[in-house]
Amino acid sequence: MPDARPLVPRHRLSTRLWHWLNALTVIIMVMSGLMIFNAHPRLYWGKAGANSDPAWLEIGSTGNRGLVRIGSVEIPTTGVLGLWRDANGVERRRAFPHWATIPSGYSLSSARLWHLFFAWVLIVPGIAYLLWSVINRHLRRDLLPSRAELRPSAIWHDVRQHARLRFPKGQAALRYNILQKLAYCAVLLLILPLLVLTGLAMSPAMDAGWPWLLDLFGGRQSARSLHFIAMASLVGFILVHLIMVVLAGPWNEIRSMITGRFRLPPEEEDQATHPEGEVRREHLP
Amino acid sequence: MTIGRRPLLAGLAALPLTACDRLDGSPAFRSLLRTGERLTHDTQRLLVDRSALAREFGAGDLSTVFRANGNVTAAGPAYAAHVASGFRDWRVRIDGLVTRPLSVSLDEMRRLPRRTQITRHDCVEGWSAIGQWTGVPLRILLDMVGVQSAARYIVFHCADRFGATPYYESVDMIDARHPQTILAYALNGAALPVANGAPLRVRIERQLGYKSAKYIERIEAVADLGQIGRGKGGYWEDVADYAWYAGI
Repeated sequence: MPDARPLVPRHRLSTRLWHWLNALTVIIMVMSGLMIFNAHPRLYWGKAGANSDPAWLEIGSTGNRGLVRIGSVEIPTTGVLGLWRDANGVERRRAFPHWATIPSGYSLSSARLWHLFFAWVLIVPGIAYLLWSVINRHLRRDLLPSRAELRPSAIWHDVRQHARLRFPKGQAALRYNILQKLAYCAVLLLILPLLVLTGLAMSPAMDAGWPWLLDLFGGRQSARSLHFIAMASLVGFILVHLIMVVLAGPWNEIRSMITGRFRLPPEEEDQATHPEGEVRREHLP
Repeated sequence: MTIGRRPLLAGLAALPLTACDRLDGSPAFRSLLRTGERLTHDTQRLLVDRSALAREFGAGDLSTVFRANGNVTAAGPAYAAHVASGFRDWRVRIDGLVTRPLSVSLDEMRRLPRRTQITRHDCVEGWSAIGQWTGVPLRILLDMVGVQSAARYIVFHCADRFGATPYYESVDMIDARHPQTILAYALNGAALPVANGAPLRVRIERQLGYKSAKYIERIEAVADLGQIGRGKGGYWEDVADYAWYAGI
């Protein structure tokens, strides 16, 4: 039986193209980056740092235990981080396991080859998408939060709605809610630029050409730590993003990001009796 | 034939990984990835002035331990004899596409103009160490021997070995003539320790550590890198496919 609910335009072509290209690129960047990390699984703050210097994060093993140490806190991670078995059952003492890295077997040079090629695939289309989003007003109209949306009461309202797994229906589902806007803006305007700039700050040639990179991040090893933290934040975003897609109706959401067309969830019939129904309207057009 | 759900799911999950490993092993895909190295090299040469200096630090920034990596000594009785004699008879030959080939002793090196710099050494693995280096700017030596116009690269031949293969590295003329490119004979005010490349190592301050070859015994000017090692310009480039341009 055909669905009577209307199929409406949701995502423009530039957003859909960049979304999928970037999804692939980010996964490759994370996985090849984890292999690069495996070559020296310690993070420092400051200008320099090597094995005899104190590391704030370290992934390693002692005896038959794998562990992650953050500051003075040790977290046992045997089997996953620091000490694990590869696809052939051979015990390996590397930070990130074979299923999380590109390539799966230890190779710093191959990982660098992947990472430093896909860095261009991240940066060039990323800048093009950002510029295009300014020109076509996607950024201003759809992504940047309005003053009204940033009111604590409005944000708190959306947090409660999300916690109850109550997502926007009807026309409201055609716009990003404030939590989506904050998340997407954080990724587009904060985390991805931070990843690119901290990546450049690790380049000895760029440090000579653009020494302000070192001042901005407090030294090369600080930049390396921030690069890792930004990567972890991005992975956190991706996990939440995927969970939300599943909760909001995966087929409709995925279709809208492929074909651009979205099946509008109907307005709740008892909306008038919902006290929040009115509050929600207040900060929607 | 039916496949159980769990092996099927595990197989599906492993599919992208297997695909990545297969791509990683494909020469065609690797040469595609290598276009990134070329793009990075060209862009960095465009953005970074050829004489832009790597940051120099203060005495307070010196690493307490300057980590030595790669080979930490050069093998063989000849090198051991040099260590025993304090490298009194160590000579560096400068030849190849030069007008006046030269053999220089360490004493002669020390009498040439010197440069002292406190710089950061960045290993390709990810760690960094800050050390104070003193040595002869390479361009002074290159001017002494008269590098011919056909020469495009400077190759460093080293006394340390991986198995039977002596280490070697190369840079283009931009980095060879860079003011901070020195043949260092001192680290942190003392004679260069054996672990760090005694008696002489080069400092290529705008590239990663593996370009800064240690235990240097010969410097050669060449027109192309095809005749050096297996043709990619350096030991790690040849044996493990590391990038020749290590500015990032």
